[in-house]
Amino acid sequence: MAIEVKTQNLEMVKSLRQVPQEEHYVPGHRTCQGCGPALVYKLVSKATGGNAIFLGPTGCMYVANTSYLCAPFAYPWMHTQITNGGAVASGIEAAYQVLIRKGKYKGELPSIVVMAGDGGSIDIGLQAMSSMMYRGHDALFVMYDNESYANTGIQVSPATPYGANTTFTPPGKNVPEGRVLFPKDAPQLVIGGHPAVHYVATASVAYPVDLINKVRKGLNYKGPSFVHLHAPCPKGWLFPAQKTIEVAKLAIQTGMWVNYTWENGEYTYDHTPKEYKPVKEYMKGQYRFNHLSDAHYAKMQAFIDARLKAPGKPIAIPVLGPREQ
Amino acid sequence: MSRFIIPKHLEVPLGACLPAPVKEQPGMITGNWRTERPVIDHEACTTCLNCFIYCPDACWHLDEKTEQMVWNADYCKGCMICVNECPANCLSTVNELEFPDGVVRLEKPF
Ligand SMILES: Cc1ncc(C[n+]2csc(CCOP(=O)(O)OP(=O)(O)O)c2C)c(N)n1
Ligand code: SF4
Ligand code: SF4
Ligand code: SF4
Repeated sequence: MAIEVKTQNLEMVKSLRQVPQEEHYVPGHRTCQGCGPALVYKLVSKATGGNAIFLGPTGCMYVANTSYLCAPFAYPWMHTQITNGGAVASGIEAAYQVLIRKGKYKGELPSIVVMAGDGGSIDIGLQAMSSMMYRGHDALFVMYDNESYANTGIQVSPATPYGANTTFTPPGKNVPEGRVLFPKDAPQLVIGGHPAVHYVATASVAYPVDLINKVRKGLNYKGPSFVHLHAPCPKGWLFPAQKTIEVAKLAIQTGMWVNYTWENGEYTYDHTPKEYKPVKEYMKGQYRFNHLSDAHYAKMQAFIDARLKAPGKPIAIPVLGPREQ
Repeated sequence: MSRFIIPKHLEVPLGACLPAPVKEQPGMITGNWRTERPVIDHEACTTCLNCFIYCPDACWHLDEKTEQMVWNADYCKGCMICVNECPANCLSTVNELEFPDGVVRLEKPF
């Protein structure tokens, strides 16, 4: 006997006027001035509304938010280990399904959201995230990407870009560029290996309406969804706090970040610039890249160019503009 | 078999449950981080809501009665994202020392 599970149907917003004024991630937290991940939290919380359960694997968005026995979350929230955000979400979702089946819970299934950093999503938290996606739990996994293990003092993670100076990849005589590897492709990891997933999207704090809608769309889907959100971190990337949005926009204009949606196998692209700017413009604004030479910038540009036009790769076809050498 | 008994005075609750905040979290006032504050010129403001949406600390809101933006002095950290993102240029950066209640002047801010 199948019992119908009532789920929420969250409406899309068309403009800033339609974004609710009510805050669910309230002022009063210890994140740095201008923190991109904090802005992600605010926007995702606005997207879910009040009927949500949030899970916070260890990372900045746990530690800097919940200090000294106080927390800024106006909904049920729970800390999970950095390794097991996906597993805890799976358990909560499964428990709700049982309560609904036994008739002990009559309401709508709340939005179950994991807010994990890049480490908690695709590195140390990978197995639990992947298992949640694989088993098909009705929950949303948000990867807020500040491109490092930020909370413990900006250590390298698989999302850290080539050439970045982190506390584990300091530039020196032997390794002048600092970070030598290019980043892992998080959304492709989820899309490629998890048949239960129907919705994966990337968004940026620079485009908040788009971000809110993508989160809502992910929540409306039955089953697991994954959103990868670009969240500049002034403390770790070493740029002035007021530039968080500027940096996020520049990432899109240079092809460092691409906003897209993958829905049942179909790709759509958002905010594709008419002409990509040289990636050096983006890197020059951040002190973590300050030690790089022109040869290093060229290597990064070659990587971006190849990624943007790799045949069969689900990335926007670039309109190549004149680039400086 | 004897059970390991924890003395009463050493018992701690398993985990911690906290009440959720409603509008603000007064346990973590952050307004005293600020050295500069954003000051609005209501005449020039177009209520485009950029400051409202981009503030990571949710310190700008639209008062629907007056149709004016309201700033939250107790929690604004002074990151100046709002000043940077205001398309009407109606927000300006003013040093806290310019204000009689500026947080840098107070012996015990908040
Ligand atoms: C098993 C385990 N190893 C290491 C740590 C230490 N630790 C706490 S937060 C953190 C960084 C988390 O990085 P990320 O998930 O990227 O989130 P961010 O801090 O960048 O927001 C680490 C390594 C831990 N809490 N648990
Ligand atoms: S280190 Fe970065 S991610 Fe962490 S609180 Fe500071 S700005 Fe936010
Ligand atoms: S960003 Fe500027 S113009 Fe827009 S609402 Fe805020 S103060 Fe007004
Ligand atoms: S200065 Fe920063 S914290 Fe203060 S209102 Fe503006 S965006 Fe918010």
